[in-house]
Amino acid sequence: MKTFQGRVIASGNVTAQAVVSHEGLNTLASFQKALQFGDKTATCGDQNNPDLYGKQMAGKALCLPQTIGSTTGGLVLYCACSMNRQPACMLFSKPIDSLAAAGAILADVWLENVSMPVIDSLGDDFLQYVKDGMQITVDENGTVTVSD
Amino acid sequence: MMQLTKEQQEIYDGKQGETLAKVMKTLVKYGEVFGAEKMVPVTGKHNHLVTSFGLKALGPVYDLMNRLIEAGNLSKQTFSADPRPLDKNVPANFLQNFIFNHFMYSRQDFYEDQLNKLGLMEKDAFTCTCYMDEVGNKPQKGDVLSWAESSAVVYANSVLGARCNRNSGIMDIMGSVVGYVPYFGLLTDEGRKASWIIEIKTTKKPEAQLLGSAIGMKVMEDVPYVVGLDKWLGTELNDEACTYLKDFGAATASNGAVGLYHIENLTPEAVESGKALVNENARTYVIDDAELERVYKNYPVVWKNPDAKPKLCFMGCPHMSLQQLKDWTDKVEKSLKEAGNKKVLIPTVFTAAPAVLKAFEQTEYAPRLKATGVITSYICPLMYMNNPLSGKMPVITSSNKLRTYTTAKYYTDDEILQQITKGGNV
Repeated sequence: MKTFQGRVIASGNVTAQAVVSHEGLNTLASFQKALQFGDKTATCGDQNNPDLYGKQMAGKALCLPQTIGSTTGGLVLYCACSMNRQPACMLFSKPIDSLAAAGAILADVWLENVSMPVIDSLGDDFLQYVKDGMQITVDENGTVTVSD
Repeated sequence: MMQLTKEQQEIYDGKQGETLAKVMKTLVKYGEVFGAEKMVPVTGKHNHLVTSFGLKALGPVYDLMNRLIEAGNLSKQTFSADPRPLDKNVPANFLQNFIFNHFMYSRQDFYEDQLNKLGLMEKDAFTCTCYMDEVGNKPQKGDVLSWAESSAVVYANSVLGARCNRNSGIMDIMGSVVGYVPYFGLLTDEGRKASWIIEIKTTKKPEAQLLGSAIGMKVMEDVPYVVGLDKWLGTELNDEACTYLKDFGAATASNGAVGLYHIENLTPEAVESGKALVNENARTYVIDDAELERVYKNYPVVWKNPDAKPKLCFMGCPHMSLQQLKDWTDKVEKSLKEAGNKKVLIPTVFTAAPAVLKAFEQTEYAPRLKATGVITSYICPLMYMNNPLSGKMPVITSSNKLRTYTTAKYYTDDEILQQITKGGNV
């Protein structure tokens, strides 16, 4: 078990299984199919992301460095939250990028009864340590506990 | 901690309505994440939105737009938006047409109606190159913007000297609804400094889309200061240089996340301040012929059959300029003549802004291009490609943005010309 401390972007407490992307997450490419074709598990549709392609993102602790790609990224994430297909939490090893921040904040301000804690700046060690399937516990103060 | 003016605080506290308060709260929170200490007025004449498509899957976005409209919180600036996703001129089979019109983009008319209510510049203001003279959304140097669309943002910042962050869709319109944006990142002098020096040491003018891709993948979201490109582009921001920078910038923004670049002796801030724009600890990236070749060879081949015969060619992501349409008319004609062919051998679509296409139609080039079989369209190639049916089609392009986001295969301009006019693999 190891604990990491990050910065709270959207607060909340949650426990979920990790899915890990070591590359930047292309939000549009990853979520578009799931939103378009009614996939409630939000299977990642980005063929260019070997870590995540074909894996479930909804309800998982999504661990990543940053998001990349189209500036539709924030609204795609907002839609995923609104349609209840969002990850249980998003955990960034680096400082959050403007597109992911937009998605997280739009969901936080405009949607009721939707929870997706978002923590950033967890450090490169976090992404090196965490593996798919590990149990993640997020505390509202930004502490992230990873259990083997 | 954000310091708001009295007016901003009143909006935040709900004195101008609950919906506008939420808009302000969204932008304040967004700014606080990036250390903004104040909100500054949006000073550009027009906004530009990335969301132009009535994609059925984006229902929550249209619900949010409705909340703004119903509360009377419309955009304070008129705006352009990214290209439309549909155009019947572009070849599509029966199934594609059915899926586009009845499934994917079934809310196009509804959404365009929303955009009109919110403040669309005019009914055809749909293009990613809103800064073209013919379109009329060209910011002034120093203007503060609330734009989205990565290729437009990087052009406005770098070539025009405007100030805009790489905003997400929805954040873009929130800035022009409330009239303020948080002051951080590329809005600040410090945020516009370069942390990379890029040395161009090629033996010929580098392909814009390839050079942009190499730089984007290396620097990601950082600001690069490019040395040695003026040898190939000159020191004047003329039509040719601006067109090159349009395509170069789109590749930096999509292959990485570049929001601003400086070209020594060419772009406005580099001309004004030179190397004073470069941070002390900037890293250096040298680009020569071998490095561009390495980048090109490393693109993944995502076609099921890598040797498939191309079924479609897209040029114009971002949309082509008027001069590009004219130059390509000459090139296609000449190359067809050399090969003894009359029409292009692969269905080929050149895309440009509706206003640019209108201007092109008034030139003697338009009938000549039509005679070669090339189709012109205002469509967004990316939106055309972004579905499983089109994704399986072997499509070629010289756009590195289209390559990045879709299954389209990238070739250089010369290779594209050869394939569409002379056929065969390059």
